[in-house]
Amino acid sequence: MEILVAISVMALGALVLGSAIGYAAIRFKVEGDPVVEKINAILPQTQCGQCSYPGCKPYAEAIARGEAEINLCPPGGDEGVHQLSELLGREYKPLAEESQTEKKASVALIDEADCIGCTLCIQACPVDAILGAAKQMHTVIIPLCTGCELCIAPCPVDCIAMKPLPETPENWEWPYPQIDKSPDAATHAPMPTAAADIQ
Amino acid sequence: MSKKKLFSFLGGIKLAHRKEYSSEKAIAPLPMPKKLILPLRQSAGSLPAPIVQVGEKVNKGQCLAAAEGWISASLHAPTSGTIRDIGDYPIAHPSGLVAPCIVIEADGEDAWGERQPLLEHADSERLDPETVQRYLQSMGVVGMGGAVFPSHVKLSKAPGVPLETLIVNGAECEPFITCDDRLMRERAAEIVSGIIFLAELLEAKESVVAIEDNKPEAAAAMRAALAARLEATANHIRVVVIPAVYPAGSLKQLIYTLTGKRAPAGVLPPQLGVQCFNTATVYAIWQAVARGEPVISRIVTVTGNVGRPGNLEVPLGASVADVLQYAEARPESDGCLVGGPMMGFLLPDYDAPIGKGANCLIARSPQFFPHKAPESPCIRCTNCAQACPQGLLPYEMYWWSRARDFAKAERHNLQECIECGCCSYVCPSSIPLVQYFRFAKDALRTAATKKEMADQARERFEFRQFRAEREKTERTQKLAQAAKQQSAKLAAENANAAPAEDLDETRKQALIAAAIERVAGERAKVGCDEGANATEAALAPNHGNSA
Repeated sequence: MEILVAISVMALGALVLGSAIGYAAIRFKVEGDPVVEKINAILPQTQCGQCSYPGCKPYAEAIARGEAEINLCPPGGDEGVHQLSELLGREYKPLAEESQTEKKASVALIDEADCIGCTLCIQACPVDAILGAAKQMHTVIIPLCTGCELCIAPCPVDCIAMKPLPETPENWEWPYPQIDKSPDAATHAPMPTAAADIQ
Repeated sequence: MSKKKLFSFLGGIKLAHRKEYSSEKAIAPLPMPKKLILPLRQSAGSLPAPIVQVGEKVNKGQCLAAAEGWISASLHAPTSGTIRDIGDYPIAHPSGLVAPCIVIEADGEDAWGERQPLLEHADSERLDPETVQRYLQSMGVVGMGGAVFPSHVKLSKAPGVPLETLIVNGAECEPFITCDDRLMRERAAEIVSGIIFLAELLEAKESVVAIEDNKPEAAAAMRAALAARLEATANHIRVVVIPAVYPAGSLKQLIYTLTGKRAPAGVLPPQLGVQCFNTATVYAIWQAVARGEPVISRIVTVTGNVGRPGNLEVPLGASVADVLQYAEARPESDGCLVGGPMMGFLLPDYDAPIGKGANCLIARSPQFFPHKAPESPCIRCTNCAQACPQGLLPYEMYWWSRARDFAKAERHNLQECIECGCCSYVCPSSIPLVQYFRFAKDALRTAATKKEMADQARERFEFRQFRAEREKTERTQKLAQAAKQQSAKLAAENANAAPAEDLDETRKQALIAAAIERVAGERAKVGCDEGANATEAALAPNHGNSA
């Protein structure tokens, strides 16, 4: 008799705890893999495919599965590799040989006089940043362009070129203060004086 | 007039005023230069769009570029002449970079175009604030204290919050600068008219003209001008003399000094029932509404190592070199500061033009600015924290900014820093703290822009994928439907075509016809959807991976 009581108590406990765990699994279900989202947030979203994956998210998924190295993204640069190594606890590696060159931020520019309106670049653009229609001139919507260069290869008349974004007073940054030099050591242009004006 | 208690803000420093070099010199006009370079960027917000052509003749006060969007202000011709160029020229900015400008060659006649003052016909009825706002935007009125925020935007009240205090900022707390001082002494009547206009428009319960105690003449002139106007008493406008502690004229510090209200991060003054305008801005507002004159000049203090220090009424677009030459800058000067000695910047190019926010030019020399010792290590003396008027910990922010750990610097409220320079001034190790904070803030700003662009790109990429997927399913569905219809048609034909011996033959031919039709249809579709197919091909490994 006692043994039956013991078994039924244990069975009841198992049932209660089991259903609690089962409920929690449904109630607090995690959609997708949060690590993929975190990796994707670090990637620069140029969708350029230089990592050999078709877009940033597929690369993020490959990293999360442990199939890809963390140093394959040139637009993300050295800083991106550092962030990924910090997030994933993987050892930092310098950017891979073939993707060594870090480039200046650029955007694609269509030479509108030469454009024949073939729509090939529109199909290549991963972020829909090119506007145009068949046999009509195309143009790049510059604020949307990520500078991935995927539109350059398909162009049959070679009318797309990458143009570095210019430095303007709006996007200029104050430099890191120079420590080794006293602020007055800098040389200055001569003062515009009345005498200089006469000369 | 009732005497109210003043509050004294945290930190701040006492500075040598150095205002005596220029404060006794009356405002004089700068002779009109032959060439004026007008940067389109004369206010915060979006750039105005040029509405004139190269070669066009313009009158004084004619609109050259119209405001675009709400936070933007128009730009006008400071004199009559011909538009010579619209292009990139160096502007007065610490970077020394070029920016879009309109170049006018003055014809020497200085002939006004048509002026339409807002108040000319409207004095009988009450003006509604929106009309005034649109008018001030079209007149290019922006904050003349240096921040150049479009003034019309500041005429909007926070919904449901009545305006308790209208503050007119005549504190002018930085050393050397005297342009607001001179303006209040010489043009007090116009400023008072402007205050009455604003107080009535905004239905302010009281208005306060705040003046530091080192400018008794300005305070006396303003009091006299207020006493001369009955409306001033009716609207409860008074002059309040505040202690000269730098940075008393900074927005948050001034609001606290006068009202005891503290604005937390992200809360705008109107939400506290306060609004603040600079005296020169109030003057510009009055010039616009009463005389129809847009902002085409400003008063600039030119001082420091110059032979003729003083206050000049400078047409916008005159170069810094024009002003320095007129003031007889001494050749041994080693640079020129734009703005005050605490918050201004060293100008890289003297050809840069004077804009709406340039209140002061200081020719630098060791006599005025003794060489600072080179930076030495931080000894964590906390002098900077005691001086900080925002109650921040500059030594912590410095530590993280210097290490380029911007997230930690931000956690120490880096974004609350007003760059007043008190910390750098008191630092016994001569650390250029503000330089580190500016560097860190800009790095954070760039990172935020990059993040925003990355988010946008991700969204657009994901939507493109979604669209490709949707087009694919739609196409398969269409094909399936077509096939279904075809087989239904066939079945019907079969039922009708009775003779058993002909059945095989008829059915065969019908099937062949259907197949030809389907292939032709598919071909046509594939032809026009080539792009979608290409995308699918490109995305195929992706689907394989995620499956």
